[in-house]
Amino acid sequence: MLMRQSTHDTAPAARTPESEPAVPAKPGCKMSVRDLAVWYGEKQALHGVCLDIVENEVTALIGPSGCGKSTFLRCLNRMNDLVPGVRIAGEVEFDAQDIYAPQVDVVELRSHIGMVFQKPNPFPKSIYENIAYAPKILGRVRKRTDMDDLVEDSLKRAGLWDEVKDRLAAPGLDLSGGQQQRLCIARAIAVSPSVLLMDEPCSALDPVATATIEQLIDDLKESYTIVIVTHNLQQAARVAGYTAFFHLGHIIEYSDTDALFTHPREKKTEDYITGRYG
Amino acid sequence: MDKVGLKEHTSKQFDAELEEVRELVLAMGGLVEQQIADAVRALVAGEGGLGQTVIEGDTRVNRMEVEIDQECTRILARRAPQAGDLRLVIAVAKTITDLERIGDEAEKIGRMATHLAAYERPKGAFRQIETLGRGVREMLRDALDAFARLDSKAALRVAQQDEAIDREYEGIVRQCITYMMEDPRNIRHMLDVLWAVKALERIGDHATNISEYVVYFVEGKDVRHIGVEAMAQEISRSARRRRDRD
Repeated sequence: MLMRQSTHDTAPAARTPESEPAVPAKPGCKMSVRDLAVWYGEKQALHGVCLDIVENEVTALIGPSGCGKSTFLRCLNRMNDLVPGVRIAGEVEFDAQDIYAPQVDVVELRSHIGMVFQKPNPFPKSIYENIAYAPKILGRVRKRTDMDDLVEDSLKRAGLWDEVKDRLAAPGLDLSGGQQQRLCIARAIAVSPSVLLMDEPCSALDPVATATIEQLIDDLKESYTIVIVTHNLQQAARVAGYTAFFHLGHIIEYSDTDALFTHPREKKTEDYITGRYG
Repeated sequence: MDKVGLKEHTSKQFDAELEEVRELVLAMGGLVEQQIADAVRALVAGEGGLGQTVIEGDTRVNRMEVEIDQECTRILARRAPQAGDLRLVIAVAKTITDLERIGDEAEKIGRMATHLAAYERPKGAFRQIETLGRGVREMLRDALDAFARLDSKAALRVAQQDEAIDREYEGIVRQCITYMMEDPRNIRHMLDVLWAVKALERIGDHATNISEYVVYFVEGKDVRHIGVEAMAQEISRSARRRRDRD
């Protein structure tokens, strides 16, 4: 399973269920994952996963709990490094650079590959400071006026500016759940990443706030490459251009979302998306 | 969807998809309308070449049906539409089936036109066919108009026209029988004419079906197989309820 194989020269339809999943035949691969295996202590969470992430597209990772989708996502910006007892093998390339190479600055890496979490987690600071914090720490912005511009621009991109422009000094935690999540997205894009990883970004939100975030994701893909983990199949169907189905640490199927939801190649995928799993 | 007075979705992409599918249906309807017009002209004026063009044009109609069907499947799979959105997609999927059948009827008329191109026709004999053709084309156009404007009352008027079309059709059949009795050598040609007018009459039925889907989409009421009277009652009941609510 860990054997390396070329994933580029085989048409999706020609693959057998046992082989690694196909890679969408679209140019502009932003991240490339090869033979990724992850162990938490003795337990193996991912088994030689291969996946190409298409630039300026939304890629959704779906699958039952414990299937490895969040583990996979967290490998994409080395968040798993922080987990004690973790062991990672395989390759993850970002713009053709190995992100697990020894010389990689992880803080710098995470400014290129940002992350938005399940539960909105603004800093206990003002709305303004939430956005300004990272650019300041990274020494990217020094002048106050430049920072004002950056805060405005980030909030606008996250579709939050009109709602908060008159109260930038108010605590971020005073916002509603949906607004807090958009604040976290604004915070993530303030350091100009090119990839945004989202781990169940809407699962703590009501349907209206969810629809707003989904529309935002759709707008953001113009400028960013987005990878989203979601439990909500319908959300994957709505927002993603490509969808990967994870099961027991393997990718069972990876294809464009239309195909996956109208005629999946694999029986397991069909069972899962039609609610026959278990 | 705002063009027809429906509120926009939070997802602009979803709006765009529904709008696209609506526009595709109207485009397909326009194409089918043109097919009927050409087929009737080919038949009445004895233009065999035009009849041939209609026959070949049917593949475009078929292609559009497949394309729109795929789009509907895609929307169902990815958007899981609810309520009015769901009814729209269902109504579209049904409408294009009827449009495709209308296309087949037009093709049939085109075929009869090529058969009859060389036929010395009795004076004024085909004028009634022209009237019938115009009638069913108007029905179709009005049905599509009702679809575009979400107008169930306009849809009802379409269904109400069908009876007149049927009478017109029966008149032509009687006339054909007369010609056949007058001179048995006419029988072969008159059979072709009969096939063509039967096709026109069927187009009226399909247009009626489409108007019923419009009512389903707009009012959420299934008015098939209940007759025009009951359909009218259902629509005015809905209108009354809306008035009371507002």
